[in-house]
Amino acid sequence: MTTTQANDAIATDDQKLAQLKEFIAQTQKDEHPDSFLIAVLHKAQELYSYLPVPVMDEIAQEMAIPTAHIWGVATFYHYFNLTPPGQHVISICLGTACYVRGAAQILQTLRDELKIDMGQVTPDGLFSLQPARCLGACGLAPVVMIDDKIHGELTPKKMIQILNQYRKQAKK
Amino acid sequence: MDNSKITIAINDQEYKVDPGQTIMQAADKCGYRIPRLCYHPKLSIEGACRVCIVQVEGIRNYVASCAYPVANGMKIYTNTRELRQARRDIVELLLDNHPLDCHTCDRDGNCELQRLAYSMGLRQRHFEGERKQYEKDLSSTSVIRDPDKCILCGRCVRMCSEIQGVHCLTQAHRGFNTVVMPAYNQPFAESVCTACGQCINVCPTASFIEKNYTQELFEKLNDPNLITVAQVAPSVRAAIGEAFGLPPGRNMEGQIVAALRHMGFNYIFDTQFSADLTIMEEASEFLERVQSKGPLPLITSCSSAWMKYMEQFYPDLIENISTAKSPMSMASAMIKTYFAEKIKADPKRILSVAFMCCTAKKYEAARPELNVRGMRATDIVITTRELAWMVKSSGIDFVNIKPEKFDEPLGLSSGAGAIFGVTGGVMEAAIRTAYELYTGETLIDIELTDIRGFKGVKEAKVMLDGQELRLAVAHGLGNAHQALEMVRADRSRFHFVEVMGCPGGCIGGGGQPYPLVNSLPLDEESLKLRAQALYGLDREKTIRRSHENPDVQRLYKEFLGRPLSEKSHELLHTHYKPHLPKGIVSPNLKVV
Ligand code: SF4
Ligand code: SF4
Ligand code: SF4
Ligand code: FES
Ligand code: FES
Repeated sequence: MTTTQANDAIATDDQKLAQLKEFIAQTQKDEHPDSFLIAVLHKAQELYSYLPVPVMDEIAQEMAIPTAHIWGVATFYHYFNLTPPGQHVISICLGTACYVRGAAQILQTLRDELKIDMGQVTPDGLFSLQPARCLGACGLAPVVMIDDKIHGELTPKKMIQILNQYRKQAKK
Repeated sequence: MDNSKITIAINDQEYKVDPGQTIMQAADKCGYRIPRLCYHPKLSIEGACRVCIVQVEGIRNYVASCAYPVANGMKIYTNTRELRQARRDIVELLLDNHPLDCHTCDRDGNCELQRLAYSMGLRQRHFEGERKQYEKDLSSTSVIRDPDKCILCGRCVRMCSEIQGVHCLTQAHRGFNTVVMPAYNQPFAESVCTACGQCINVCPTASFIEKNYTQELFEKLNDPNLITVAQVAPSVRAAIGEAFGLPPGRNMEGQIVAALRHMGFNYIFDTQFSADLTIMEEASEFLERVQSKGPLPLITSCSSAWMKYMEQFYPDLIENISTAKSPMSMASAMIKTYFAEKIKADPKRILSVAFMCCTAKKYEAARPELNVRGMRATDIVITTRELAWMVKSSGIDFVNIKPEKFDEPLGLSSGAGAIFGVTGGVMEAAIRTAYELYTGETLIDIELTDIRGFKGVKEAKVMLDGQELRLAVAHGLGNAHQALEMVRADRSRFHFVEVMGCPGGCIGGGGQPYPLVNSLPLDEESLKLRAQALYGLDREKTIRRSHENPDVQRLYKEFLGRPLSEKSHELLHTHYKPHLPKGIVSPNLKVV
């Protein structure tokens, strides 16, 4: 279960907030403004890369929707991040081709190495892990994408090597 | 008339019923009690639990009777072999990931899930599913949340949003991981929860429960250095009998006093006495504002859940809120000053315990604003439910015990003090006194029937020396929201507004006994009977106006001087401030 951490520090960057408010203002013209909640949350995540609590508070105010309701929606859908993502986002492909070629093993390696589960962030904030559907690189299965770089033909050993490269880079 | 009815058959018996109702509603009227769990007549239909399934001829799948409307010619079966099996499976699945600890559970003996399992004939457990294991939320002074016991019926969420308008709760996450929680998984103490306890009232299990102070109280009753002083709220006496199997509406005042003496209390006072005191202060405050034209309307403040709701969502109305403390806090203030002086005791040795129908009173007691001369005024608050347990646990034959009387000097009350527990009662009591203080004449027709009853927002007018006074009364926080929006829109619409945080007023408080078998919390019939008990008390009394209470008069003469005196201000009045916890929606809450 994910809960929000003390992420107020991220708080509300003025420019992003202005964009978000503008987006919400558009939705409020509709006959059923409440039905735009999911769209608004998507917009917020696009801007902030996750849903910080102060941002959800702003959305509550602007849309006049209770925060508990927003929280219910934000936690229901897996694609909303409630914690800031890691510096590097690892998306592991769980599409059919990758699965057949050993994605489960790669996932297990990632879990063991990073000591986190899907949707979580490593305590040092370096990596976060999320599932992906077919990344369109089936020929290279099994595949993970780190940020926007594809890594293919993975074995557990190769996976660990890749992680270590990122770790080394971060130390510099 | 009869041709507006339709014909249905239940278990091959034909019935003429009204169209436009659900199968469950029709079946109820024909004498069939279909099992149910997530359904509550006062809340929207969730259709989540499927415990209420029935068979309808021509429909392949079972239908949820709480949601499915009747139609002409419909053939319904409620008790076939297959249905019984299917229902039993549904309840069994609920139990699969439920803790197996009924005999150490707070709801043991009055749990809807237990009753349901019993009536399904579940006598053994086949599967042991994966168990939920969450931490209890013990942060609140009043309400404890234990997600392990939750069966996700959603009643609490609907209660908190649809009736109370607080919107504290949501079902977060999904599937097996679903948990009822406040926004952002905040601890209760930091959430918008008003501590009203209505989620406890509607929860079928022990997932919501009041914070229990009975062990602490038992300990302290055995401490010879303490002078133990009790006070009892009006609504406790009107409802506690239900916890002992008596029908609703029995006045158990004398039995409560006797039981508390058995338990070892040194002095037992009546919150109805201090209700009279509250009226003296509040009616005087009202008249002062009427004469000096400001700020009106005066809005009552004695309901603790309402205090928090108002500070969170209506900070702009704080200057309209009466500064008079609640009867509980006034009694406690008098116990630790006036009474302590009278018995020549160090007030620090006094343990002041309030027996209340309310969970939010636990929150109120902990508000530092209510401290008196550096001391906490009310040390412990015990709900009606907790009191009933203490009585049982002390081995007292409550129903047959010989009734006894409250102690002096804070034990005598007028009829006006008694009706404080019902919606409209504070207003009625205040008008009885204000009228006389202002005009010098006695109000003859003292029963203000316009503001009695269970309509959400009630309005009335009274004439005060040629001036028309417009009154409004709201009960339940959702209705309070309606009334306050009227005030916000037009400040001159009313002169006086009474708000009670719970449906029906204190008689429907969040600390009242769980309903009888086959009745539901907030059942209007039981609320009506509880109200009648208090109106009955009023009618029986020779003194029905607060200012005629001789012990109140004595208190002013010997100690306070007069209403709104300096001493009254020090001890009987308080203040409010905006209180905006993280994540609230203000100013315009709306139901989603
Ligand atoms: S909530 Fe009910 S069923 Fe669950 S343990 Fe308590 S008494 Fe038993
Ligand atoms: S105590 Fe009242 S306000 Fe708090 S969660 Fe329960 S119903 Fe909502
Ligand atoms: S806490 Fe109680 S009322 Fe709320 S969903 Fe769970 S079982 Fe139902
Ligand atoms: S299935 Fe993994 S890239 Fe297509
Ligand atoms: S009572 Fe009908 S679905 Fe729960």
